[in-house]
Order: sequence, then C-alpha cells, then structure tokens
Amino acid sequence: MSNERIDLPQGTLDLLILKTLALGAQHGWAVSERIQQISSDVLRIQQGSLYPALHRLERRGWIKAKWGASENNRRAKYYELTKSGRKQLEAEETAWQKLIAAVGQVLETA
Amino acid sequence: MAMPYMENQSSDREWKKGSAELLILSLVEARPRHGYDISKLIAQRSRGTLRFHAASLYPLLYRLEKRGWVQGRWVEKSGQRRRRYYRLTPQGRKVLASQRHGWQVFVEAIKRITEVEHA
Amino acid sequence: MRDWSREVLRRLASLKLAPAREAEIVEEVAQHLEDRYQELVAGGATKEEARRVALEELSDENLLARGLRRVEHELEQDPTVPGGGGRSNLLASIWHDVRYGLRMLRKNPGFTLVAVLTLALGIGATTAIFSVVNGVLLRPLPYPDSDRLMILHETEPKFDVMSVAYPNFEDWRAGNRSFDQLAAFRFSDFNLTGSGEPERVWGRLVSASFFSILGAKPALGRSFLPQEDQLGATPVAVLAHELWQRRYGADPHVLGKTIMMNGTAYAVVGVLPEGFRFYGQPSVYVPIGQWTDMMMRGRDIHPGITVLGRLKAGATLAQARQDLAGLARHLAEAYPKTNAGHGVNIAPLEQDILGDIRPTLLLLLGAVSFVLLIACANVANLMLARATGRLREFAIRAALGASRQRVVRQLLTESVLLAVAGGTLGVLVASWGTSVVLAAVPVGLPRAEAVHMDGRVLAFALVVSILTGILFGLAPALQGAGSDLQETLKEGGRGASGARHRVQNLFVISELALALVLLVGAGLMIRTIWSLWAVNPGFDPHNVLTFSLALSPAKSTDPSQIRVFYQQLVARLKTVPGVQYASPNLFNIPLSGDDNEFPFWLEGQPRPASQDKMIWALAYLVGGDYQGALRIPLLKGRFITDQDREKTRPVVVIDQVMADSLFPGQDPIGKHLNIEWLGPVEIVGVVGHVTHWGLDSDARARIRYQLYMPFLQIPDQFMTIVRTASVVVRTSTDPLATFPSIRHEVYGTGNDTPVYDVQTMEQIISNSLAYRQFLRLLLVIFAAAALVLAGVGIYGLISYSVSQRAHEIGIRMALGAGRAEVLRMVVGQGMMLALAGIGVGLAAALGLAHLLSSVLFGVRPSDFLTLAAVSAVLGSVALAATFLPARRATRVDPMVVLRYQ
Repeated sequence: MSNERIDLPQGTLDLLILKTLALGAQHGWAVSERIQQISSDVLRIQQGSLYPALHRLERRGWIKAKWGASENNRRAKYYELTKSGRKQLEAEETAWQKLIAAVGQVLETA
Repeated sequence: MAMPYMENQSSDREWKKGSAELLILSLVEARPRHGYDISKLIAQRSRGTLRFHAASLYPLLYRLEKRGWVQGRWVEKSGQRRRRYYRLTPQGRKVLASQRHGWQVFVEAIKRITEVEHA
Repeated sequence: MRDWSREVLRRLASLKLAPAREAEIVEEVAQHLEDRYQELVAGGATKEEARRVALEELSDENLLARGLRRVEHELEQDPTVPGGGGRSNLLASIWHDVRYGLRMLRKNPGFTLVAVLTLALGIGATTAIFSVVNGVLLRPLPYPDSDRLMILHETEPKFDVMSVAYPNFEDWRAGNRSFDQLAAFRFSDFNLTGSGEPERVWGRLVSASFFSILGAKPALGRSFLPQEDQLGATPVAVLAHELWQRRYGADPHVLGKTIMMNGTAYAVVGVLPEGFRFYGQPSVYVPIGQWTDMMMRGRDIHPGITVLGRLKAGATLAQARQDLAGLARHLAEAYPKTNAGHGVNIAPLEQDILGDIRPTLLLLLGAVSFVLLIACANVANLMLARATGRLREFAIRAALGASRQRVVRQLLTESVLLAVAGGTLGVLVASWGTSVVLAAVPVGLPRAEAVHMDGRVLAFALVVSILTGILFGLAPALQGAGSDLQETLKEGGRGASGARHRVQNLFVISELALALVLLVGAGLMIRTIWSLWAVNPGFDPHNVLTFSLALSPAKSTDPSQIRVFYQQLVARLKTVPGVQYASPNLFNIPLSGDDNEFPFWLEGQPRPASQDKMIWALAYLVGGDYQGALRIPLLKGRFITDQDREKTRPVVVIDQVMADSLFPGQDPIGKHLNIEWLGPVEIVGVVGHVTHWGLDSDARARIRYQLYMPFLQIPDQFMTIVRTASVVVRTSTDPLATFPSIRHEVYGTGNDTPVYDVQTMEQIISNSLAYRQFLRLLLVIFAAAALVLAGVGIYGLISYSVSQRAHEIGIRMALGAGRAEVLRMVVGQGMMLALAGIGVGLAAALGLAHLLSSVLFGVRPSDFLTLAAVSAVLGSVALAATFLPARRATRVDPMVVLRYQ
C-alpha cells in the first residue's frame, strides 16, 4: 500500500461516520481521528465536511447527540448511533460491497 | 444508475463522477468502442448492478473527449449507418493508470473500514 | 430511425447549440436508442414495449440537457481547439477576446461598475492635470516661429530684470546685428470717450514693428507705419477685436474714424483679428514713439518698457547675448552717468511667459499620478478577488490546450476594456475637472487660455487608459493563467491562495504608502499657508480698501489743479460714514508686485557718478492719512501730514530697515537724504517695515528700504504721472459694503472717469498667496481622493479576507473563540497592513518632500508634527475601514459557515 492519501467523496463519509460510531459514542474530533486511524491515514477528511455530515445524519435520525464532558473536562457534544442508524449502517455496508464488486467486475474482465 | 437501496441521492452523483470515468476509460483501453457498446458492457459485466442510460453516458463521453483523454471518430462500415467510435489517447492512458491506482487504494481503505469490527 | 431524432432534438432544443454540433449529437444518441430498441425486440419484447424501454434511455426530461449544457457550452466559449486554430488571424482572435471580455464584464455588473468608476476617477484626474500641462507647457505659442521670439530687459548690478529706457531701446534697435526687428511695448490706461459711456480701457504703446514680429496681420486695415512711430506724428490707433465689436458694433467702416482717448483724437487705422493675444488682450494699441511724456525721453528713466525681438535666421541666443552685451558696453562708455554697469538680459519669450510654473505643474502631474496608481491597485485587487470565482473556467481552458499566453492575453483584454471604459468616463470627468482647476487658478496662470481638450489630451487619455489596464490587469492575468486543473478542482475552486494573498497585500500597502505621501504634501502646504497668514505684514490689512482712478484729461494739465483735486477727494471721502482714513497712494501698493524705486545718496556725500552706485528705496508717495489707514507703527518722530506741501520743507519718512542700516545707533530724525530728481529731503520720522515683496519673500528681497514722501511735494514737472493713482481707505466696517458710497463721492468730484482695481488689502494679501493656495487646494483634493480610495481598498481586502476565512473563523468560534478574539485577529491583520503602508509612505515622503521645499514656509519638509498627524489620520481611516468587516466577522455563525463547504 502506497503512502498516498485520497479525498473522501461525500457518500462514503456517511458510511465511515456510522461505522466509527458503531464502535462506541465519540465526540466530533475523535470521529475524524478514529477514521484516520482505521484507514491508516489513507483517507483524509476535509475539515469542513465533518460537522455538516454529523448534522445531516442527526437530522435523518441515524445518530443522536448529547452533551458530556471530554477528557480534559470541557463541555463537548457526543454522538452515538441510534437503532435506525444501525440498520442504515448494515444497508450501506451491503450496498458499498455490491458497488465495489460491480465496478471490479467491469474493470477486471478484459 | 439504478441503486434502489440507496436513499442518499448525493452519493449517487459522487459515484458517477468518481468511477464512471474510470469505467469508460478502461473499456476503451483494449479497442475502440461506440457508445451503445460501452453501456451494454457495463450492464452485462456488473450483472445489472451498474447501468448507464444514454442521458448520463454521452455527456460523460463528450467531456472525456474534450479533455483529450479519448478521441471519437465516425466510422462507416459497409451496409450500415455510421457510428461514432471512441478510443483511448496516450494522455487518457496515463489518466487511466492513475485512476486505476487510486481506485485500488480507495477499495482497500473501504475494506479496512467495513472490516474493522474484526480488528 | 423512426422518430428517435425528434425525441432527442426536443430535449436538446433549450441548449441552442451550433447546428452542426447539434446534428452530430442527435445522430449519435438516436443511433444508441435504435440499437437498444433492436436488442429489446430481438429479446422478444413487443414493439411498443421495446420503444418504451428504449426511451427510458433518455431518462427524465432534463438529464441529458443538464449534462450536456456544461460540456457543450464550455466547448463553444473557447475557440482554442487543441492543436488547431493557433495560426488564425491575429485580428480575428483579438476581436474574439474583446467580445468575450465584454460578455464577462456584463455578467458581473456590480464589479464592472465599481471598477469603471474608480478608474474614471483616477484617469480623469490625471487627464485634467495633463490638459493643463499640455496647454501651458506643451502647446507652442500662437506666433509663427515662436522659438525665435525673445524678450529683452535692461540689467543693472542690483537688478537682473529692469525695464528699458527708451533712448537705450532706440540704440539697441539701431546697433544690433542679431535681430530682424526689435519693438518696445508698454502698458497704458486710456479714458475712452465719445460714442458711448466714458470707459477706462487697458491699452498698450507699441513700436511699429510690434505686430509684424508676432506675425499678426490685422483683420481690417493695417498696423503702424514707421513714420507714425515718432514724436509729433498724427495719433493713430489699432483696435482689438473685442473693443471693435463691443463698442463700435463691428462696424466695417471704422477705419479712418477717430476715437477720443484722454482728450486726444486718434484715427483708427486697423483692427486686430479675434483671439490675438500677447501678455493678455489690451483693447487698443498706439505707437510708443508718439508718447510725449517727458518720463519717456530720459536715458535714466526706466518707465516700464519691455522690448520684444525676433532673432535673425541663423542667429543663436548666445550670439545675440554677446552682440547686445557689446552694445551695452559702448553705451556705458558713451553715457557713463546713466548707463554705467548696465547690461542687457535676453530670454526666450516662452521662458518669460512661463516663469517658474513648469516645476509646479510637473509636481502636480506626479501627485495626481499617485491617485491613478491607487485606483489601479484597487481595481487590481478587485480583479484578483473576482478571479477566484473564475479559476474553474481558466483551469478547464488550460486543460483544453489554451496556451498560457492566450489566457493572459484574454484577461489583459478584459482589463484593458475596463480601463478604456473608465477612461472614456474619465475624459468627461477631466473636462469638468479642468474647468474647476482653471477657476481655482491664481490670477495669472500663464497661457490659461490655451488649456482645453485637444487631440493630444484625448490621445493621452487613451494611452493612459491602455497602460493602466495592462498595469492592473497583469497580476490577475498571470494568476489566472497559472491555474492547475487538478489542484483547482480538489480545493473546491479556491485555487492557490498564498501568492494571491501576498500580491493583494502588497497592493494595499502600496496604496496606503502613496496616500500617505500625498497627505504629507497636503499637510505641509496647509501648514505653510497657516504660517504665512501668521506673518505680520507690517500693517493691519483688516478693513482697508484700495482702488485706482484716473484723472480726466481736463483735470490733469495743471499740477496745482491735480493737487487740489486729490485734497478735495480725500476731504469728500472722509465725509462718508464709516471712512476713518483716506489717502492717495502713488507708485507702490504693498504686496502687489509694484516695483517703483528712487535712487538716493546720504547727505554729506558727493553724488555718485551713476545711478547704479546710489542707494535705492521703494518710494510711497502718500497723503497724511496713509500711516493711519494702514496702521503702520510709527516708531520715531512723526509721519507726513497735509501741512507738508509744495512750498514747505521737503520731508521724508523712512522705515526701520533703512534706519537701522543707514543710521545704526544714531537718531535719523533731522538728517537728510539726497533723492535723485527731487533734491535733499529731511527725515522726520521712522515707521515699521512693510513686507512689500511678499509675506515670506520680503526678507530675501534686494531692495528693502522704504520711504514715504508727501505726494503734494512732488515737483510740478512730475505731477503728470499722478494722472493715475491709487487711493487707500480704512473703514470701520466691511470696506466693500462702504464702497458704493465711496464711489459716489469720487464721481461727485466731477471726474468722469471710473474707479477700477477695487480690492481690499486682505484680498491683495490673499492674491499674493494665491499660487500656494492653488497648490494646497489641489494637493488636498488629491490627498482626499487617495485617502478615500485607499480606505476603500483596505476595506475591500479585509472584507474579502473575512469571507474567505469564514470557515476558519467558524471553527475557531465553534472551538470557543470569543468575539473579541476574532475582532482582534481581523483588525490585527488590517493594522499590520496599515503599519507597513505608513512605514513605507513615511520613507517615501521623507525622500520626496524636498520637491516642495521652494514653496514651503515656516515648516521643514521633514516636519515631525505633520508626519505624525498625517500618519494618525491614515491610521484611523485604516482602522475604521478594517473595523467594519471585523465586526461582520464576529457575527459569523459557525454552523452556517461550516455547512456550506
């Protein structure tokens, strides 16, 4: 795997956020760090896209926000996955798999 | 592109932008093809998962042509109406290589993410 | 193909593509539909079903059109087909650039309007000043071969430029070898009577060759013959066009008619063409050789005569100077008493007319170009900001193969179009501005009449517009052409911001620096005028009026009658309510440039061999009320009274400078002076010094001695010069309000001549400052314009920066940054620019301010107070201009901002 970083198209950002939160509630910045950690720094999120995405998912009811204290005791917003969010995650994962497979098929066949 | 299980409209467009060019370029890599041929191949090989209607396909083709990555030419075969065949240009070949590479990187990353619960 | 074509065409119609291209697309897509149809039929579908499914390929109504719109319109806009069209006609592609540029400008009317107005201001102001420079300095004088015309004066060791004694002139004319012709001329006032109201006209005494030297052919009749230019010849006159039209109804038969001037009948022999002018436009000309005034005939009298000459073909100025210098030496030997040490000063006519004005006009041209540069910088910044939104356009064109050079040329075309539009509007601004400048001009801007919009001025405006367009367009054009497609699309169209920000900052700093330099210039001039007004002129100019009048011929033959007339006039004036003092004043009005002096020597010493070895003093021939009228402080002894008359002991009052210098440590009262032509006079008083030569220039003047003599004691043979005199009046209230009553009294003496040159002393002092006030006015206008433009510039930049950094600000605020912190951040950015601009500006001002040093007074070019005050002004404006967008920044809602990525 090379060291290049690629930018994340919007649709996949939703998937990543849902996935990250599936592992446990996080606050905003931590989501972004986690994603980078998971993708071994390959995927890079534009600073400005994270919060709008969080709000979008919140509007759809797939994630829920609450206020709590962070490590250094400052007030911060935490996000966690809802039940419908968990269902959406499964659906998205399946969809992405299918897509990738389909594209792979078109590409690999000579 | 028909993706009935996707509620999110914008990712639809993102995918079109991101992978459509890659698909088209790769399909004309081996030999020149015309528009209908390209759309048929995509549908066949993905077993119906990916579909490009004419309304989406031709604007894409023209853009690739304008950028100089493919070149279109009218060809008249005997006894038939003429068709426009597209072939990959040297510049297009370079673009294809880099997009392929990018695609692989991307797939790898997505795989990692979706498999993470096993990590 | 059934009707696939029609279906496709219907969906494409809204795009309005070129017919060939449209046909191609229709053919291809229709073929696709046909293939689909055939496939479905082959797979077993019915014809109707197959057709329905095939049409689904076209999806919803708009998809095809939407997709194609972006692609095809970009194709159409850019004619640079990759690999093709490069060698096409240059003119055609420039024309295309022009049309494209106009379209781009129309798309953005707000920007275009602001840019054009800014440029109109800058180009207009510059053109206005240039039209003055053009008229005054560049246009040739309206005489044929004007560079061969010379003005001659006499010189003396004490005087570089002295009027010529008539006998000397006659000898020069006879003995010179370098001039085709020489003519003497002198001003003169005439009372014109008959065929209408008596009128005071300004006339000129001229030699017969005067008109031919200037190449002026009369419109009617002829000019003077040599035999008419002699003592005793029949009086003849040549009329100016204006007088002929106004008073004589443009009568074509006026030749041969006589006109009455000063009681003498003159036969009209010619009328000059309209528009002829030479040092103004006198109404009537008479031959100088006929002038019988005895003052004219003395070789030691220099009665205001100047000499005009035309160099012989092939003779140079240097040769002429040598020639006349030799002549002068001969005359000095022949007439040692009057001509010892006298020489001849020859200067080109143009130089004599223009005097010192060239450096001032060029300074103004330089100052106004600062305003233009600031306008350019503002528009350049506007363009850089706007270019951001067009980076996609540029990047795509670059990707299409448009050469960098082509894109640069396209962008420069746009900016030149803007500049030419601004310049066209600017020409209108200029013609208005020129008339304003001329109206504000000090009395006597030379050649003001030659200033108007001519071809050269319009050409200047055009060239300046084009250069301006290239200048401010260069930075944005280079920026735009350097775009990289991939980079651009990845950054969401924001482009390489680093370099652009630096350039924009640089522009704003330069603007501020230029504005500061102009402000310093304006500030120094303001302080100069202030200091000048604070100078004590040696008298109290408040509520003092002066006017001139001329005696009608009937009253001016008998010297004792003349004396009586003035005494009666004074008595009448003093009956006017509000008049406190009234006195005639012959010879010299302070601060009016009057230059009449007497030579004298001290008692007990022998008369010096020639006048140039005598002592010279300004002579005021006045009445007893003069000192009271002007409130000149009386320091010793007494002033002149009306008891000092023609039969009593001749007296004189001297000024302090004379007393300190000629009688140091002694009491001058009782001592005597020997005045040439007048004999010994006794000093009876000492008064304060008057700044006759100017509030500031008096201290440097050569002749500072001033003496006052009773006008009643002028010897009889000199009384004829009293034919015209000034009168000085002090009133208790506004002198101009009292004037109608004063005039009434003057007319009541039965003198049928008008009063003229009515001025208050305050106006006279103001006129003496007029030049500097003019300079101050223009520099203040330029500085104000520069301040406004620079303020707008910094406001624009900070606003733009705030909108670009909106999401960064949003994040900071989301992370807890307070409004004060954001405010500090934005204002800090602006003030850094301001400080840099002020710093550079101060350095430049220190370097350039010395250009003003010849007009400054009471303040050094590096004056700390001015520099500090001006920096504070600029700093406050910058602060205000920064504060507004800063306040807007604190109102940013992080959520709103972060959403719209």
